[in-house]
Amino acid sequence: MTVSTAQQRLAAVAALPLVPAGRPIGMPGVLRSLQDLWAYRELLGLLVRRELRARYKDSALGFLWSLARPLTMLLVYYIAIGKFLGAEQVPGRPGGIPGFAVFVFTGLTLWTLFSDIVAGGTGSIVGNAGLVKKIYVPREVFPLAVTGSALFNFAIQLAILVAATVLTGQAPALATLGYAPLALAVALVFAVALAFFLAAVNVTLRDVQYLVEVALMVMMWASPIIYSWSLVADKLPAPWMAEAYLANPVTLAVLGFQRAFWMQGADHVYPDHLALRLAIALGVGLVLLVGAHRVFARREGDFAQEL
Amino acid sequence: MTTPTSVIVVDGVSKRFIIRRDKSLKERAIHAVRRGRTSEEFWALRDIDLEVAAGSTVGLVGHNGSGKSTLLKLVGGILRPTTGTVAHRGRVAALLELGAGFHPDLSGRENVYLNASLLGLSKKQTDGYFDEIVDFSGIEPFIDSQVKFYSSGMYVRLAFAVAVHVDPEVLLIDEVLAVGDEPFQRKCMDRIRQFQSEGRTIVLVSHSASQVHDLCDRVVVLDGGHMLFNGATDAGLHVLHRGYEEAMRLEEEAADTPRPMATVGPVRLLDARGLSRSSLTAGDEVTIEVTFVARETLRGWRGAVTIENGQGQVVYGANTHRSGLAMPDLDRDAKVTFHIPRLDLVKGTYSISAILESFEGIPVDVRAHAVTFDVESDGAATGIVDLRAAVQVERAESRA
Repeated sequence: MTVSTAQQRLAAVAALPLVPAGRPIGMPGVLRSLQDLWAYRELLGLLVRRELRARYKDSALGFLWSLARPLTMLLVYYIAIGKFLGAEQVPGRPGGIPGFAVFVFTGLTLWTLFSDIVAGGTGSIVGNAGLVKKIYVPREVFPLAVTGSALFNFAIQLAILVAATVLTGQAPALATLGYAPLALAVALVFAVALAFFLAAVNVTLRDVQYLVEVALMVMMWASPIIYSWSLVADKLPAPWMAEAYLANPVTLAVLGFQRAFWMQGADHVYPDHLALRLAIALGVGLVLLVGAHRVFARREGDFAQEL
Repeated sequence: MTTPTSVIVVDGVSKRFIIRRDKSLKERAIHAVRRGRTSEEFWALRDIDLEVAAGSTVGLVGHNGSGKSTLLKLVGGILRPTTGTVAHRGRVAALLELGAGFHPDLSGRENVYLNASLLGLSKKQTDGYFDEIVDFSGIEPFIDSQVKFYSSGMYVRLAFAVAVHVDPEVLLIDEVLAVGDEPFQRKCMDRIRQFQSEGRTIVLVSHSASQVHDLCDRVVVLDGGHMLFNGATDAGLHVLHRGYEEAMRLEEEAADTPRPMATVGPVRLLDARGLSRSSLTAGDEVTIEVTFVARETLRGWRGAVTIENGQGQVVYGANTHRSGLAMPDLDRDAKVTFHIPRLDLVKGTYSISAILESFEGIPVDVRAHAVTFDVESDGAATGIVDLRAAVQVERAESRA
């Protein structure tokens, strides 16, 4: 009986096509990569779950800890900057930002997503060296698994944000809610593009992950998260400086997000043509994403030997 | 049977590694200024052409650093060849390191799913195999505890259990068979044999000659990135053995050890007519002749020889002490002969080592693998000794 199964197997094998091992040396098309990723979607799901479950596995509060950081940041910024430095608008004093807590949390929610993906993605290939060296899987799954777990945390924060706006009686209006998915798409596309590029570079140049940490700190303050756009617009003398500031896709995404969820500031000053700017940023981001993926794919075959 | 299809085709593959010495930005900046060479090239493999037939088991052997593991990784798609192409049919599962995907903080159950998925199994397929996997690993009571609390044996058993239940056409194994306790090892070997009988293809990297001898139908010998040999297992192991001998001889020459009081001189294997031979037929009459070279007078010395087979197993040993010989003082060269009336060994490659010992039995000088010889026979026997059994079959007169 074993003989017949063996013969069946041999016959079946003979019928299978001869396929190249791993990825071909020539540039794999984006399509081929997407096909590969689709075939490994279950693995991607498992890796995302691994990231989430393993992170707070032995702690009593579990994944609630992942909320501790943004909530603490919110509290710190609200008290230190909103109250002490007087950034919050109070009755009887002109200027300031109305609904400062919601304002900060809106920006922080989107920023946390962006920085988690970029910082986590950069270290993802090096961090999974054991797997990269021993098993063939499309290497894209590692930065994407980081993206998945960051999105999960983002979803929870977003739920809290929406609940907060409803509780403060300032539920998002349908008219401006459309900015939210657009802003999210811009932030996501740029974050994933950076994650691919930096993950590949970090394999040969380990300094990158530390550089990224520093750069992210600067980037956070380069976007109107803690302060409002109107404060910046007043301080920049030349129009081109404002344009330069607005060329930052993260800034645009944050502004779009605020437009959607920060209803107390509905009459606040926003840059002109915000939706158009976001759309352009999305287009540029998609091109960069494809480019970053190509860099990633070209270097991918050498990951195992560089680690 | 029709001609077997090739499941793995390696065509003109070379692999170059670049050893970079500048992993940090600072070093890169310095090198950019100095314009020094910042990397070295190293060819791990050169122009390898190899086809592996479906259903065969191929052993990759060679010294450390000969490129075995690199070749396996190229076949598995983990590395990309610098030149040439590697292609395969069907699913290839690489067992390069057991439990590579295990996460210490996750439970055994979660890790089974994760690892199976890494090896290319869908969740549904894993569901189907799950009980079998747990059963095979024999760690059922602990399947829901985190793997960081597992003993290393349990860890490896679970990992192997997952790996062998993945349903691959081609299985790549890199020195992972020597795991677990003895019963588990036997279980693993049985599983490998089952894989073979099911017509799956196995490519195996191993340093254990006996394992390769047991499992493989073909052997590929690599040396310094070149393919030295590709053919039958026995001949391949012979080539490998010769290579080791050569290396050992060079090493001995290089080593500057103090000269012993006396040394083992030439060792010869003679046939019945007194002619030096390196290939024999099972059952031949032979004599091993060892010359011991005197430097200073050595009293009460012993001369010994051992015969090892290709797997490094001693198949015979004899010495002058056990034979009860009264030894003359070794003040001039002495010749000791071991006359063997019938060399009843099975087909294979063997080597003779000669040892000079002091009267307490402490080795004074050793000449390891001084002579290598082949034994030819009709090939009907396996094991060590050719007992020349006459085999018959008889039918019972009536049914019981």
